Amino acid sequence: MNDNMLISVLNLKKYYKGGEIKALDGVSADIHKGEVVVVIGPSGSGKSTFLRCLNLLEVPTDGHILFNGTDITDAKTDINVHRQKMGMVFQHFNLFPHMTVLKNMTIGPIKILKKSKDEAEAQAMALLKRVGLEDRASAYPSQLSGGQKQRIAIVRALCMNPDVMLFDEPTSALDPEMVGEVLDVMKQLAREGMTMVVVTHEMGFAREVGSRVIFMDEGKIVEENQPSVIFDSPESDRLKSFLKKVL
Amino acid sequence: MGTQVSEVMSQWLNTAPQWILNLPKGLSEFCYKIFKCFIFDDRYMLFVKGLGNTLVITFFALLIGIALGVLVSLVRVTWDKNGLEMRRGPGKFFLWLANFLCKIYLTIIRGTPVVVQILIYYFIIMTSSDKLTTAIVAFGVNSGAYVAEIMRSGIMSIDIGQNEAGRSLGFGYVATMRFIILPQAFKNVLPALANEFIVLLKETAVAGYIGLADLAYAGSIVGGNTYEYLVPLVFGVALVYLILVMFFTWLVGKLERRLRASER
Repeated sequence: MNDNMLISVLNLKKYYKGGEIKALDGVSADIHKGEVVVVIGPSGSGKSTFLRCLNLLEVPTDGHILFNGTDITDAKTDINVHRQKMGMVFQHFNLFPHMTVLKNMTIGPIKILKKSKDEAEAQAMALLKRVGLEDRASAYPSQLSGGQKQRIAIVRALCMNPDVMLFDEPTSALDPEMVGEVLDVMKQLAREGMTMVVVTHEMGFAREVGSRVIFMDEGKIVEENQPSVIFDSPESDRLKSFLKKVL
Repeated sequence: MGTQVSEVMSQWLNTAPQWILNLPKGLSEFCYKIFKCFIFDDRYMLFVKGLGNTLVITFFALLIGIALGVLVSLVRVTWDKNGLEMRRGPGKFFLWLANFLCKIYLTIIRGTPVVVQILIYYFIIMTSSDKLTTAIVAFGVNSGAYVAEIMRSGIMSIDIGQNEAGRSLGFGYVATMRFIILPQAFKNVLPALANEFIVLLKETAVAGYIGLADLAYAGSIVGGNTYEYLVPLVFGVALVYLILVMFFTWLVGKLERRLRASER
């Protein structure tokens, strides 16, 4: 394994109802440091399941995931330690509604990383400034727009200084006019060299920011290549028909 | 008995201000009854001590009930959400057993009257304890079953995404519960918990069955001694319960509004 490897997925399977439903049916993929891997595919193709398996929110039925060289699917691995290094952003934001924005962002660093309150708040404020929301630090999530919520969710994950950021359809629950502000933050993040795995329907983002695009269907990776190849000269018929519908 | 009546009457005639004795007959008679039930022989002390016992039982039973209820609800929720997917082993067996015992506890406590429960504690289980301790344990254990189901419904009502967000930050199961799920669940079930608290406060009135002198007991004792029932039961007992409940309802309302601040 080379030094550049961050996540290595080996023959990952996720079955439901004792194998009746195969959400993931033998997926292997490598994610290198600094890469932006965009996962696309029709709904039900297993792309979200794939992403959620990466930090074991879904426990795979079979297969292995090596993260920083550790097999996190091993029952003896303390997954909590590794999840600290994997930021996750959800479709429905999942901010903590009973905490202010600042508390949302600092509870992880304070309780898990044992940072001092001052240090955690200073870091959070710096991140809020970067996404232009420093004036909302004391607001509660219910007082924010969808786009603001998702930007907060991104910086909340960044507060843990993750090695990789996992995005699960981060713009799918947003009003169209708020998609841009979230994508801008993600683009900025990608430019700064953050390793990202993004499940999305935003083909423009995939083409512009992605270093690699994975096309999934029926629990399998059908095609995997640079964005220009995926979008301009797709090989498989399944990808061709998918792109015809979404572009 | 006749001498006693005259003793009350003579003391009343000696101490009552003239203007009260000069009131219309019905009113002055009512004042006499108040005197007889509360002031004569320091009978108000029965009510004060009874109220004290009622509040002490309610307070400590509430603490036991909440502690027990949260614990039982956590076992039930943890088993319901994760139990079947757990790997076989001692951990799974232990959780299964804990859940099974919790279910038995809930069934028995919710399936039998609290009066019967307190009598069983008094005559069978806690024969060497004093009445106050017995009552606190009986009502605490009873309340715990209802708090458990209230808390369980609160925890189940929290979106699964909250758990996922907590876990993906790196919080363990317990820490996610503590910092993220329980505070929200508690806020959601506060009205139901307040209701349970009010029920508990009033339910302690059956402590009289084991001869514990609580507020309601004081009312019936004074009623029996004076043959006056309206004044002690309505003004000495019912009204006090009502005022207490109204006060606590107001207090919980304030707490609720404070917790809901984040939703505006």
